[in-house]
Amino acid sequence: MAYSEKVIDHDENPRNVGSFDKNDPTIATGMVGAPACGDVMKLQLKINDLGVIEDAKFKTYGCGSAIASSSLVTEWVKGKSIDEAQKLSNTEIAEELALPPVKIHCSILAEDAIKAAIEDYKSRRGE
Amino acid sequence: MKLPIYLDYAATTPVDPRVAEQMMSCLTMDGTFGNPASRSHRYGWQAEELVDIARNNIAELVNADPREIVFTSGATESNNLAIKGAANFYSKKGKHIITAKTEHKAVLDTCRELERQGFEVTYLDVMANGLVDLNVLENAMREDTVLVSIMHVNNEIGVIQDIAKIGEMCRERKIIFHVDAAQSAGKIPVDLAELKVDLMSFSAHKMYGPKGIGALYVRRKPRIRLEAQMHGGGHERGFRSGTLAVHQIVGMGEAARVAKEDMQKDTQHILELRSRLWEGVKHIEETYINGDMESRVPGIFNVSFNYVEGESLIMALKDMAVSSGSACTSASLEPSYVLRALGLSDELAHSSIRFSIGRFTTEADIDHVIGQVNNAIDKLREMSPLWEMFKDGVDLSKIEWAGH
Repeated sequence: MAYSEKVIDHDENPRNVGSFDKNDPTIATGMVGAPACGDVMKLQLKINDLGVIEDAKFKTYGCGSAIASSSLVTEWVKGKSIDEAQKLSNTEIAEELALPPVKIHCSILAEDAIKAAIEDYKSRRGE
Repeated sequence: MKLPIYLDYAATTPVDPRVAEQMMSCLTMDGTFGNPASRSHRYGWQAEELVDIARNNIAELVNADPREIVFTSGATESNNLAIKGAANFYSKKGKHIITAKTEHKAVLDTCRELERQGFEVTYLDVMANGLVDLNVLENAMREDTVLVSIMHVNNEIGVIQDIAKIGEMCRERKIIFHVDAAQSAGKIPVDLAELKVDLMSFSAHKMYGPKGIGALYVRRKPRIRLEAQMHGGGHERGFRSGTLAVHQIVGMGEAARVAKEDMQKDTQHILELRSRLWEGVKHIEETYINGDMESRVPGIFNVSFNYVEGESLIMALKDMAVSSGSACTSASLEPSYVLRALGLSDELAHSSIRFSIGRFTTEADIDHVIGQVNNAIDKLREMSPLWEMFKDGVDLSKIEWAGH
């Protein structure tokens, strides 16, 4: 199967790979997927007191499209408020990367990762 | 060096130049283009002679009688003809068939079709090394078992099943034994005068011959009968009608001749390259060879690099043509059924790469591959949350994953 240029670019030069200290109170962590399905994504957001995402990092076990989806998301969420980030949808990700239908689940997983991280942020703050 | 480096010889092989040359002499007006069934003129006789020579070469490769070789379009058709043909012909004797879970789809799907027609099929589990447990096979054999179909060499992991012993067990019980030998013929010795095999499937394009041609061995003593699946002019003694594809057959015959002549040389060459490859990657942490270490062909080498997903690894190994046990491209997201049958965990099954080495692979190819594999694994593990958890001492099997 042929990948789009954007997928290949993110795959070869993934942005923001890495981890933050998950015990840091400003860090929210979302981990989604399962090894059985061949994809696991970990997305971490550094959120300031104003609720703005200052930084993001990811680690992904999965195919090229899964890696590209999570890499793209880390770029997109930076500078956004959590409310804005929450509105990012998988269709925007899939469109940007020109994912074929069999890879749509990768973009869904990336959307889920954002939601899971924000959920983590809110539960830590007791919201 | 030609990039990408071809390391997918188990999927198909390039045609050997010696084979291509012979095939080209069977196509045009100045070549042997005739129909071997034409009995009334020289064009037909010459074509028939070339088909006879090819049939002899294939028979010699596996120590059979040329009259036991039936040409087909490939191993898939041979498997269909053998399994459906024998099951249907002998169905009055019984309607039970035995095969293994790690067989090729051409066998498994044919068995599924027979189930729809009222046959009962037992799909044997294999041991963790990929081999059929002969005790399990024996226990599965029944009064009404008419056919056992077990492959010689597995296409994904390269393990060699003990078809000599299985043949004995079948013969004692008068059960017909079919062997899919697509991955073994021309690679390792096959002696059908010794083996108690009744039906054996061959493919030309796995042994440096052309695609679109294969053969089925049908034993004469004791005589095995089949219900034909393709009807028409009664070619191939009624087993398989259709005008013989002379250029394809000539190609397969020459491929068989070369394979027999070069078998020792090829084996030595491929073994050396496989050892070289393994020496270059075995130091990588959490790396496992899939399938039995002793009973295996040299050319197929299936390795799991734990915590790295196969498809992303294939993308990172962009200078080489290899295949992955992870089938994430399909909607099902299922890893290889063969690796699952060995009992591999999901992560390991998704993390496998099949390197298959062949006649035209060079040392320089392997050295380049080793370098790229090492770099790719480092990079992808750096990116893998599973690797991070493993390094932190987290037991992944204890985590409740939210599947999607």
